[in-house]
Amino acid sequence: MHNTNGCRIAIDIGGTFTDTVLIDAAGHSLATTKTPTTPENPTLGALEGARRVLEEAGAHWHQIGGFIHGTTLATNALIERRGAKVATVTTEGFRDILEIAYERRYSQYDIDLVKPDLIVPRSRAFTIGGRMDARGRELQPLDEAGVAALAVALERCGAEAVAVCLMHAYANPAHEIHLREMLSAALPRLVISLSHEVSPEAREFDRLCTTIANAYVLPQMASYLADFQARFTAEGLVCPILMMTAGGGMTTLETAARLPIRLVESGPAGGAILAARIAAETGAQEVLSFDMGGTTAKLCLIDGFRPQTARRFEIARAARFIKGSGMPVRIPVIEMIEIGAGGGSIAHVDRLGRVQVGPESAGSEPGPACFAKGGTKPTVTDADVLQGLIEPARFAEGRLRINEAAAEAAVAHDVGALLGLDPAAAARGISEIVNENMAGAGRMHAVESGKDLGARLMIAFGGNGPLHATRVARRAQVGRILIPRDPGVGSAVGFLFAPVSFEIVRSRYETLDTLDIAGLNAFFEAMIDEARMVVRAGAPEGLLTIRRQAFMRYHGQGHEIEIALPDRPLEAADIADLRRAFEAEYGRQFSRAVPGMTIEILNWALDVSSAAPALRQYPQVERRQLARPVGQRRILCDVTGDWRVADVFERAALEPSDHLSGPALIIEPQTTTFVSADFGAQVDGGGNIWLTRKAEDAR
Amino acid sequence: MTPTDTRLQVMWNRLLAVVEEQGQALIRAAFSPIVRECGDISAGIFDLKGRMLAQAVTGTPGHINTMAEAVKTLRGRFPIQEMKPGDIYMTNDPWIASGHLNDFLLMMPVFYKGRVVGFTSCTSHLVDLGGQGMGPEGTDIYDEGLLIPPCRLMAAGALNTFLMEVVKANSREPVANEGDIYALIACCETGARRLADMMAEFGIDDLDRLADYIIDTSYRGTLEAIAELPRGRWHATLKVDGYEQEIELCAALTVSADRVEVDFTGTSGLSRKGINVPLNYATAYTVFALRCIIGPEIPNNAGSLAPFHVNGPENCILNARHPAPVAMRHTLGQMTPDLIYGCLSQALPGRVPAEGASCMYDLPLRHTPEAVARGGTQFALELVFSGGTGARPGLDGLSATAFPSGVWGSQVETTEAVAPVLITRRELRQDSGGAGRLRGGLGQRIEMRSATDEDVMLFLSVERVLNPARGRQGGGTGAAGRIRIGEDGADLPGKGEIRVPAGETLIFETPGGGGYGPAGERDRAQVLRDLAEGLISAEAARDIYGVEP
Repeated sequence: MHNTNGCRIAIDIGGTFTDTVLIDAAGHSLATTKTPTTPENPTLGALEGARRVLEEAGAHWHQIGGFIHGTTLATNALIERRGAKVATVTTEGFRDILEIAYERRYSQYDIDLVKPDLIVPRSRAFTIGGRMDARGRELQPLDEAGVAALAVALERCGAEAVAVCLMHAYANPAHEIHLREMLSAALPRLVISLSHEVSPEAREFDRLCTTIANAYVLPQMASYLADFQARFTAEGLVCPILMMTAGGGMTTLETAARLPIRLVESGPAGGAILAARIAAETGAQEVLSFDMGGTTAKLCLIDGFRPQTARRFEIARAARFIKGSGMPVRIPVIEMIEIGAGGGSIAHVDRLGRVQVGPESAGSEPGPACFAKGGTKPTVTDADVLQGLIEPARFAEGRLRINEAAAEAAVAHDVGALLGLDPAAAARGISEIVNENMAGAGRMHAVESGKDLGARLMIAFGGNGPLHATRVARRAQVGRILIPRDPGVGSAVGFLFAPVSFEIVRSRYETLDTLDIAGLNAFFEAMIDEARMVVRAGAPEGLLTIRRQAFMRYHGQGHEIEIALPDRPLEAADIADLRRAFEAEYGRQFSRAVPGMTIEILNWALDVSSAAPALRQYPQVERRQLARPVGQRRILCDVTGDWRVADVFERAALEPSDHLSGPALIIEPQTTTFVSADFGAQVDGGGNIWLTRKAEDAR
Repeated sequence: MTPTDTRLQVMWNRLLAVVEEQGQALIRAAFSPIVRECGDISAGIFDLKGRMLAQAVTGTPGHINTMAEAVKTLRGRFPIQEMKPGDIYMTNDPWIASGHLNDFLLMMPVFYKGRVVGFTSCTSHLVDLGGQGMGPEGTDIYDEGLLIPPCRLMAAGALNTFLMEVVKANSREPVANEGDIYALIACCETGARRLADMMAEFGIDDLDRLADYIIDTSYRGTLEAIAELPRGRWHATLKVDGYEQEIELCAALTVSADRVEVDFTGTSGLSRKGINVPLNYATAYTVFALRCIIGPEIPNNAGSLAPFHVNGPENCILNARHPAPVAMRHTLGQMTPDLIYGCLSQALPGRVPAEGASCMYDLPLRHTPEAVARGGTQFALELVFSGGTGARPGLDGLSATAFPSGVWGSQVETTEAVAPVLITRRELRQDSGGAGRLRGGLGQRIEMRSATDEDVMLFLSVERVLNPARGRQGGGTGAAGRIRIGEDGADLPGKGEIRVPAGETLIFETPGGGGYGPAGERDRAQVLRDLAEGLISAEAARDIYGVEP
């Protein structure tokens, strides 16, 4: 029996399922569960999950010493457009920041392109006089006399929330702050989001969008979080609830309610944290995390045990995940490439006779044809069933009966018949295409980041990650894969390893040659004070880590390179080091540095975080022993294209030191690991499965 | 289709991914703002015969078949048997590469198992090639800067350092040019490496079967799309502002079973200024416009481009020959889609948009020479603003949006951070969208001034100041572009050099797009919405649409 005192719980509310994980103080998993998400009030599903794991572990509410929550609620509100009625206030002369945006079409050949709906119509876009310049100097005072009329207009249009984004507010927020005071006095019930608090970066369009998105979800998230807290407290929870953010850290409920936009995409961030954690435990310096679920696949690069981060992403991309077709949000996030490739992705044949897969998805309702819940379109899961890779009786903990005939009929009708292929060959074609799409997206993402995939360890999880890992890895020229424990609830597991943290990215234009060192140090001090206050609210004790970064580029270039700054105030002597660091990194990414070119910096980042839970020590595995299969299945081999017999293993019965050779299937309640014929598998002391390409083994 | 065909399809997808990868790598490393903001580059993979198999979908259509033709030309100049691994060829000849000197094209043979199996190629816009610089003032190509004929830039992996020195010595931006050429080299090398990797992974020793599959499939698909068009011949004329005088662009579009031909016969002759267009560049925009309507989902390659043919009489302004000045060939190049749509709309009524602002409103700002002499700040800023697009048969036009170019606009805050200018207004122009059942996109109004007590220089080469975008099917005309200094200042011409005195405001209004269908047929609810949004005035609602709020 495990000691349940000081146990910690993580709850990840996704669109379809709510994943709950309970671990003991030493970090060992006590119980996991997947319960259906309850869209009417998601808190109910979360309560159900929590009760289940506590019961299974024989633990009590008061023994919980840590509670971490992540939710797609904010993301869904943005995607499904269920948020507050928002108005905007921008600087006079700039009413159309939203409509003008970057003046661009996201799809070159699409004559009938429709631009993304950015929530606020022009009729609710207002302006106010007053102007700052790029250095934060006031050119024209705020038009105080105009505020009364503005308040009337805001009230008349029925706005519940307002996003205020004044020109250069990141450099001097005085006008925004003053405007909030005056508007609050006139309209006490109006929710106000200020751009310099939500996203203090230059680029008015991105900052305005981010502020709108924050204001849009704020009323709903604030009441959700208050209700969530109240219900869990009523159950007997005594520890504070921390919220998972898109940046991969945790924050307090108070900060979450003020800046709810930081909560979007926190589920996928949890998966990346898990992968980074395992990377650290196993010493893998270069990792590709591969999280494939029912609708999408998410890939993230992890170097030096740290997931790659970004400062911008898009919500609700309209058209086939095309860049630019969504609403940009500029906050610190774990950078991921997300493509419409999951178990439910639908396959069809286009007019050139090519198989296309996704991004349309059958989702969980009606789901793949083989679910026999009314879906008739062939999906990636149907193709996997036809290739023998899914044991019908064991799918989804055996709660869902797989209908193979329905899968075959769908694949034959929509793909096979059109191409003159038998259903198995058509199924293999569908798999090849979707796996190529994922590998291609991963390669592209690596290139955009100036990195290479080849030498990486892939860490695969999510409901379909372990099933497709070897097939995607081979195409991405990745030779080693790790499947962690509980891969089906990977994101929630990841929450438990996150630190309490807060990151700020703020704009301030400098060139390296003329760096204003004193000004910059004061600028950082102010950011440190702000971030430290937020972090201390969630982590009152313990050491805090402070990281400073500069986003540097050659004058004239668009691509910024992230350079770490020393963890102390800057000195004049640092400038030469920074130049060297930039040139070295530039040379690494682009083969050669460009001596003599001016280096400029517009954005600066500051991250304050508490220590993450200590790493687990894996027991040493001394020997290798051949694992014993529990059965066999006929599968269509993805390497040779022939039907072959594969051994079937129970993951629960595998022990550290067990090894086996592909083709094989390793089954566990929430997913199946497919070991292709050209891979072998080995279980390590931590219970992770390592899949190694045989050619790689021989090397 | 056989199981092997799925493998061919997977390889095709791989090639498409590789060219996108090459394109991204090139954009990230580029120094020219036009590359960064507009993605003004190209990257492609070619088979042994020089047939294009895949091309990156980048921001500007100006490279669409220029690259396909350029590689054939270079491949014909240099015998394959003399090529060595690590060789790279280069040219910026406007009539071979992409229509003006700034565009450099590189081509690299790809070796696999000791033999040439294909080529990778890429194009990028370099910042400065000397001469009179990027502007329409040169009187011939020699005025416009340095022309490098096809030559070997890298020999077996070793850089021709003399050539690099020549390029640098002839530029105002030598460091940026060197950086851009290195980026092009890296782009070719990446593509070559990925192609060889793919061949190893799939166990093929040549590209023949794959090339035939890609080209045949695309060719067949394009013919099917052409078969859906009516056959016949249609004519259109488009009057544009020009420089010294207005210009007439003429086109005849002929559709037959397996060909779509465009002929520019009747088009005005050359300009004395650098707004002339080499045929390769006019062809690129022409084919782009056609492919937006005819089989847009089929990727660009030798197969999908094969049925399209573009011709024009020598030294009409859309087929300018050496040594005509061509630096600003994009000004008129970007107008050709409106010309082509004039023809195509007759063949396919109900499928083709109205005319739009089309030509991008490029706003290159510089310091004055005397300001620098006084020790003032030296700066160069390339701002691009767009007007409205033409109304579509089923949708209103897009306001302040680039078409046909894929240029990105800039952000006021970043502009003001890097250059001594102050932008005091950037808003949509009410009533600038052509009226119609579907309304044209609105242009925008920009007001800006010097942020210091120095004057600012401005070099204009824009269109649609005299000839606004016409509507289609009875739709109204979009507002013309308008440029002046101060609200009461005289209207300035669309081309030439302007000085904006310190303390005075430049007012820069971009054109609106044309409307589609009669204004009287516009849905009343949409008129009221436009009115509520302030996109049209109460007078326009009443007088043009007959709607009283």
